[in-house]
Amino acid sequence: MSRREKTWWWVGGALIVVYCLFPIAWIVSLSLKAPSDLNTGGFLPSAVSWENYQLILTGGASDLFLPALRNSFGICLIATAISCLLAMFAAYAIARLDFPGKRLILSTALIVAIFPIISIVTPLFNLWRNIGLYDTWPGLIIPYLSLTLPISIWTMSAFFREIPWEMEQAAQVDGATTWQAFRKVIVPLATPGVFTTAIIAFFIAWNDFLYGISLTSTSAARPVPAAIGLFSGESQFVEPTGAIAAAAVIVTIPVVLLVLLFQRRIVAGLTNGAVKG
Amino acid sequence: MASIEMRNIVKQYGDGFPAVNDVSLDIADGEFMILVGPSGCGKSTLLRMIVGLEDITSGDMVIGGKRVNDLAPRDRNLSMVFQNYALYPHMTVFENIAFPLRLSKMPDDEVRRRVTEASDVLELKEHLDRKPANLSGGQRQRVAMGRAIVRQAEAFLFDEPLSNLDAKLRGQMRTEISRLQRRLGITTVYVTHDQTEAMTLGDRVCVLRKGKIQQVASPRELYEQPVNLFVAGFIGSPPMNFLPATPRGDRLETPFGDIALDQKRAAAVAGHELLLVGIRPEYFEDASLVDEAKRPVGSIFKARVDVTEWLGDSQFAYIPYEAPESIQQHLRELSRELDSEELRTQAIVSIDATSRIREGREAEFWLDSRKVHVFDPETGENLTRDPEAGAELTRMATQDRVEQLEEVRGASVGAA
Repeated sequence: MSRREKTWWWVGGALIVVYCLFPIAWIVSLSLKAPSDLNTGGFLPSAVSWENYQLILTGGASDLFLPALRNSFGICLIATAISCLLAMFAAYAIARLDFPGKRLILSTALIVAIFPIISIVTPLFNLWRNIGLYDTWPGLIIPYLSLTLPISIWTMSAFFREIPWEMEQAAQVDGATTWQAFRKVIVPLATPGVFTTAIIAFFIAWNDFLYGISLTSTSAARPVPAAIGLFSGESQFVEPTGAIAAAAVIVTIPVVLLVLLFQRRIVAGLTNGAVKG
Repeated sequence: MASIEMRNIVKQYGDGFPAVNDVSLDIADGEFMILVGPSGCGKSTLLRMIVGLEDITSGDMVIGGKRVNDLAPRDRNLSMVFQNYALYPHMTVFENIAFPLRLSKMPDDEVRRRVTEASDVLELKEHLDRKPANLSGGQRQRVAMGRAIVRQAEAFLFDEPLSNLDAKLRGQMRTEISRLQRRLGITTVYVTHDQTEAMTLGDRVCVLRKGKIQQVASPRELYEQPVNLFVAGFIGSPPMNFLPATPRGDRLETPFGDIALDQKRAAAVAGHELLLVGIRPEYFEDASLVDEAKRPVGSIFKARVDVTEWLGDSQFAYIPYEAPESIQQHLRELSRELDSEELRTQAIVSIDATSRIREGREAEFWLDSRKVHVFDPETGENLTRDPEAGAELTRMATQDRVEQLEEVRGASVGAA
């Protein structure tokens, strides 16, 4: 690559990064502005103020925001764990076994994944109210599974397909039961896949707004995105922009942490050295 | 340690294609059996049926006197070395070798003792803490063998274990496997498509073609008394030359002059129109270098040499010849089946390295007619095979093996 070409790559890359990060920078900047500073039009706050964070963490909005944060964490982690576990077995079966209806399962999963949520929210709302799941954790975990499971099955079966069949056969010849071979050989090898899937599933559940707002009514189960939507200003003429921005920054932090924490585990090539290559 | 008996084993895939067709084979306790054949002949499938990774459509698989058809691989107590080694990448070499022992819940110090023992045999001691990814091909291969020998398995199964190594390492590992098997005296089934491995390692070799056994015999018998065209063409490198021949009394007319046959063989070929005569490259010689005493047992002919290859210790000459269309057709089919591509009808002859025969010139060759075989091109059958001489060769090999085995077992008893 010539010097000139390189420079252009750098310029192009920088442009894309700025384009992507600009909204985030904006939100961060907004969250640090005092209410009086919000409409002055400057990008940077004239004075850094922690007022918004105080408001949502300890102040008036904290009884709305903090339970929501707890709900979001709990519901999303449980949904992710269940969907990873189920997807692991399903994906293993899809990658390894030959059974009638295999393609049907995969395409059904795909259909479920692209099915518009909005069309099932209303019936679900009625159903949940009748059977007492409305405004409870399980009432959100179950619909979240429908969002996370299909994509988990697809991602994980791709990972399982990468693991050489011989690994498992060797384990069986060495005296392992199918379950032992799965647990001691296949699962450790699939760890990067499991982590990748877990992160994707967690994001999907974490970002959901529609189920969150429709299937909850109190802070018993309301997740963060729904809670943010219910923020209100001091009077009906004041927009709660600063508080929303602060809450948005706070809910972004776990996502960023999660990626930073697990990016090392999401390395391909753990199977290096298994087979001649 | 156990014998392996296969009775009328059939493997049919979903589409009804028989990958293994009615195979019956007895492998004695402590014997080194080679399964060999071109790709797609069913040798790997057969091996995987022994170990239990492939279901048996019909027939009986008996290991150590027990029918194992319906047993899972883990209940058969066999150990296997896979073509791509199939090491567990997330475990150290030590844990890889110890894996079968851990599964059988062996106490820790016993595991350590056994793994140390196996790694001593395979010279893996200094690599025990490394991961497979950091090992060379030969070391990985040894780890795979370590995992196989670490427990007292009934038999070892090898699925083309050396095909991923380079030529030099392959030679070393080959002798290593041979030494190990002799030392441990364990029944071994070894799948390969490599001639040299088949000839050097096996007590007996089983040649398969399209899922059917062609011949099971000692390497010597296969080489000297092949049962048909396929075996004759498959065993030996460079391969046996097949020339068209027409019988005339007790002589065969070939493109390289007449070949005299003894009475027995003349009688065997009588009544056929067109035949194929099989001559190994080393039955030829540069006529000018042949002893006067040997000359009369062969025939002498003149031919134009196309190419010569001088290899230092030996020399090969390529002599093109004409063959009728029907024979060419048979030869082309045969070479396709043997995974080779014969483009022209030519004979490969081995001549002394000191021979001054040069390419593009006419030269005089001598042909030892005592050992030639005559085949029926239609059925492929060897018309001049001497079953008694062949059986004698295999009997001798078996005796050698039994003696060696007794020596090993006697020694280990003595040591204990």
